[in-house]
This record gives sequence, structure tokens and C-alpha cells, in this order.
Amino acid sequence: MKSRWQILIVDDEEVMAESLAAWLREDGYSVDTASSGRAAVARSRETDYAIYFVDLKMPGGMDGIETMMEIRRLRPDASVIIITAYATVDTAIAAMKEGAQEYIVKPCNPEEISLLVDRIIKVKNLQLENQMLRKRLTGQYEYRDIITKDAKMQAILELVRDVASLRSTVLIRGASGTGKELIARAIHYSGDRASAPFVAVSCASLAESLLESELFGYEKGAFTGAAAQTKGKFELADGGTIFLDEIGDISPKLQADLLRVLQERRFYRLGGTAEIQVDARVIAATNKDLAGEVREGRFRDDLYYRLNVIEISVPPLSQRRGDIPHLARHFVARLSSEIGKNVDGIGEDALKILLDYDWPGNIRELENAVERAIVTTRNRVLCADDFGFLNSLLRGPANVALPPVPLQDLEKMAIEAALGRTQGNIKEAAAALGIDRSTLYEKVKKYNIERR
Amino acid sequence: MKLACIVSVGFVEEPVLSEAEVLLSQEFGFEVERLPARPPPAAAFDVSRSQWSAVEFMKDLVRIRPPGASKIFGLTSDDLFVPVLSFLFGQAQLGGAAALVSTARLRQEFYGLPSNQELLLTRVRKEILHEMGHTLGLVHCPDRSCAMCLSTSLEQVDTKRDGYCRPCGLSVDTRMRALAEDAE
Repeated sequence: MKSRWQILIVDDEEVMAESLAAWLREDGYSVDTASSGRAAVARSRETDYAIYFVDLKMPGGMDGIETMMEIRRLRPDASVIIITAYATVDTAIAAMKEGAQEYIVKPCNPEEISLLVDRIIKVKNLQLENQMLRKRLTGQYEYRDIITKDAKMQAILELVRDVASLRSTVLIRGASGTGKELIARAIHYSGDRASAPFVAVSCASLAESLLESELFGYEKGAFTGAAAQTKGKFELADGGTIFLDEIGDISPKLQADLLRVLQERRFYRLGGTAEIQVDARVIAATNKDLAGEVREGRFRDDLYYRLNVIEISVPPLSQRRGDIPHLARHFVARLSSEIGKNVDGIGEDALKILLDYDWPGNIRELENAVERAIVTTRNRVLCADDFGFLNSLLRGPANVALPPVPLQDLEKMAIEAALGRTQGNIKEAAAALGIDRSTLYEKVKKYNIERR
Repeated sequence: MKLACIVSVGFVEEPVLSEAEVLLSQEFGFEVERLPARPPPAAAFDVSRSQWSAVEFMKDLVRIRPPGASKIFGLTSDDLFVPVLSFLFGQAQLGGAAALVSTARLRQEFYGLPSNQELLLTRVRKEILHEMGHTLGLVHCPDRSCAMCLSTSLEQVDTKRDGYCRPCGLSVDTRMRALAEDAE
């Protein structure tokens, strides 16, 4: 794919710049020109060009080498090719020393330019692919990788950025499937611990004794089957971050052990006598109401306060419906290439179904629904029919027989539900209820309904 | 019907001109009009390079295009250049009206070989298809046998067919249809 890469040609002679631009455009590249070093630097601030062709000799105070140095300062990843009419060894050496990738003498063979650009673009494509693969492989997601336009989520991402480089413990709350681990990874990979490990442990999936050895490691012979000394997750996360998912599910004993690690930053391996010191940042997550668990005596309050230094509460998908189209399109793009099916997009009718659905399983459920639709579809663009399976889920509750209630109460309930779902947005709620705005205003007043 | 004009800039032998005429009418369905031959623009010759500036040729073509013509195709025997490149087989306005092909480096004689008219005409056809494709907005095609493949050497010109690959052919058809609708 060529069109993704943009090229800037910097030459004070317009005919020179334009003829090279025309040549490269015929090759499918998107090409701009600039007539001076200053103009080039200004353009490079706005656009991230992949390749710069810079004429060595330009009037107006900024020659090719100076222009290149400024561009390289602004855009260290860009490739600069110096063009000159006068080949001298000195200028060639100077240009290469300052970071020019290539040096060409005009007029040059057309083949030379084509090969040169092809070669640079090939390397850039490989770099990009490598970055993407690495991201997929290691799950190194930064806050930028989280897809949202929702104001509440934006505020969370701002908080993620702010706390990324702190050492403080973070407690992430949210229903399952809302992306708690993604937020945890974003905190880790956006901060200064990014190059150190991110170790995730799901506390709910392991029995107490197993979880203990998993977290703290064990010495050889500590228990039957402990054949060799093994490091625990806390040790593996030294210098980095340990992510304790579903922290609300751990036993009282482990709660005590964990508290000790959080307070003293040291612990013993199972069966070990040597104290081990670690520097691991702790991020915990839960879908439970931990404060409630504390009140009921199921979770230690001292551990709760240790964990809850910074609290991030991730909203369920039903409260950020505006993100559903972005997320759905993202999943279509990613999953269609993963599954290997030629699906280019998602139709408006399908999006409407997704917007109307309640998503109790949140983003994970949305991802699974998109995957199911891609697998079963015969279309290039996903349509409403491909999400037919959601409809049966939607209609489920409608069949439930309602107890006899005054019609007015039903109306009030429907309006409250609609306003709740649209977070008080009258226009959207009216559309959902199939009445116009003024009618909705009247009814809100009549029933004395609170708009959040 | 869409109109395309052919013009010889400097001397161009008759077989080359009629080859172009046949190609534009049969392959693209143009009504073809031959304009009177004209001398190369005075400013086009570069003494130090002993070559002709394609930019000046193109400016001239754009200027003389009759109002009713959707394309103007220049043919020349002069050796063309643009400032940054050492030579050109041809040039076109991407998605525009004007295109230009030089026979200078398509001739066997340029490389010290015996003349071969049939080969010359085949190469001319390929280059006309290529430059016409550009005026229709097509960019280079990765298929080495397609006329839209970039060729910077004669070997590459000879490698490709005097026809488009399927996707390029479909694009040409689509854009020619759009052109016909515009004309109506």
C-alpha cells in the first residue's frame, strides 16, 4: 500500500519540485511540494511525511542541510534524501553525517528514484508491521490505543496518563468485559515502567494454595511436586507492574499476605527463609463492590485502603453508547483480517441494532458479537441480519407477562428508562420512545421525573 | 462522442501517428482528430543536456487543446527530460487532459541496433496506453505485464503487454464511461 505514505519535495525551483512530484504521483504516492526550507519545516509540523526530498542549495537563509537537520529534529523517523546538482564529496559526507538517508545527483536516472523510494517505503512498511505485530503479541497498549470518544472515558484516560509514572496502587472497578485489564496495561505501558514486565494474575481462577505459590513463588521441596525453586509473579514483576484481576475473590489469608507485601514491599517464597524484596507496582481490579464487601466483613478494610489509593471506575458500555460504532468498526477491521474473511465494514442498519442492544457483557460481548457476525456473514458489509442473534436476546424480556399496573406508571417507567440510557439526553430519549421532544418535556414535568 | 486530439510535435513518421489514432479510437472509443503538426516550443531545448524539456511540451499541449477535446495527445521524436530525471519515455497530467510520448528512446537505433519498425510501433502502443491511463487517473500497477506498470528501461517496456491487466482495464472502462457521461 503506497497511498498511506506522504512525500514532501523541497526545492526553490518550482519546475524541479513539480516534475519530481508528478513523477512520484504517477507511482501512487501522495506528494506535496515546498519552495523553501522554512516552508518545508512549517509543513512538516502539520503533516507527518515519510520521505523528504531536499535540494541542497536553496536561497533564503536555510540551505538543504539546515532544513534537513530541522526536519530530523521534528520528525526523527522521517527519511531525508538530499538532491544536488553539484556532486562534491564534501557535501555528500556532510549530508550523510547529519542523517541524510540518501544523496542523489540530478538529473538522475528515473529507475534510481523509483528504486530508492520503493526501498525506503518497504522498510517503513516493515517497521510499521513489526510495531503492530509486537503490540498484538505483547499487549503493549498505551492510553492512545483505547478507542473512545466518550467524555467519561476521556477523563479516565487523562487520569491514566497522570498516574502512569507514579508508584501508587490503583484500583480499577467495572463490570466484567469493560476493559479493566486494558486500562491496567495502558497505565503500565504509558509510564516509566513500560520497558519492565507487566504481569497479570487472575485471582479468581486459582485455588487459594495455588494462588499463593503463583504470587510468591516457592522453594524446592516446599510442597509435594515443588521440584525446583520457582519465582512468583511478584518477583517476575520486579521493576514493573503486577495486575491482580478479580481481587475481590481472594481468601482472608491471602488478603493478609498481600497487605504485608503492599506495606513492606518484601515477602518470603513458600518454604523459603530468605526475605525477597521487590519493586512492583500493584494495580488491582474488581467487578465487585469492594466497599460493600468491607462493610460486610468479607474484605479487609486495611487492604482496601491500601489498594484504593487511586480509584478508576470504568463505565459499562451501556453508559457510553456513543463509542459503540467506533468499537464495532475497530473490531470489524481487526477481526476480519484475523479470521481471514473479506469484510470491509458495518452497515447503518447493523449499527442501529448494536446501539439498541444493552450489552450486559460489555465490550467483550460486543467483540464476540462482531466476531460471530463476521464468521457467519456472506456479505462484504455486515448488515442487520448478521446480528439477528442479538434480536432474540433483545426480545426475550418482552414476552414476560407484566403484572397489572396503571398505564401511567408504565409510561413513567419507560421514560425514566429511556432517559437513564441516554444519560438525560432529551433528544435521544424522545427518538427512542418514538415521541417528539416537546411531548417528552411535558411528560417529564407531569411525572416529576428527574433528569440526571 | 468523446473527442481526443493527436498532434505531432516536430517530425513524427506517419505509421506512428496512425498507430496512435487507431489505438485511441479502438481501445478507448474516442473520436480522434489530428491537429496540424507543430514545431517544438522554442524554450524547450536545453543546450547543456541536448534534450527537450517535457514541461515546455506539456504547457504547449495544454494551451492548444481545442475546447471540445477531452484529451490531447502529443507525439514527438525528440529526446525528453524533466529537470530532476535524465530522460522520459512519456509524460501525462495525472487525471488531466494532456499526455506526451517520445519515440526517441523507443527506437532500436538509439541503442546502436538495426531499425525495427514493428517493435517500435508495439512500444509506442504500450506507452500510449500507459500515459492515457495516467490521464484517466490510474497510477502504476504492480503487475509487470500490465501497460500501467512503471517502466524506466527499455527491457521493462518490452516485458509488458500492449494491454491492461484486468483491474486496470476495469478502471479504464469505468473512467471512460464517466467521461462519456460528462460529455453528454
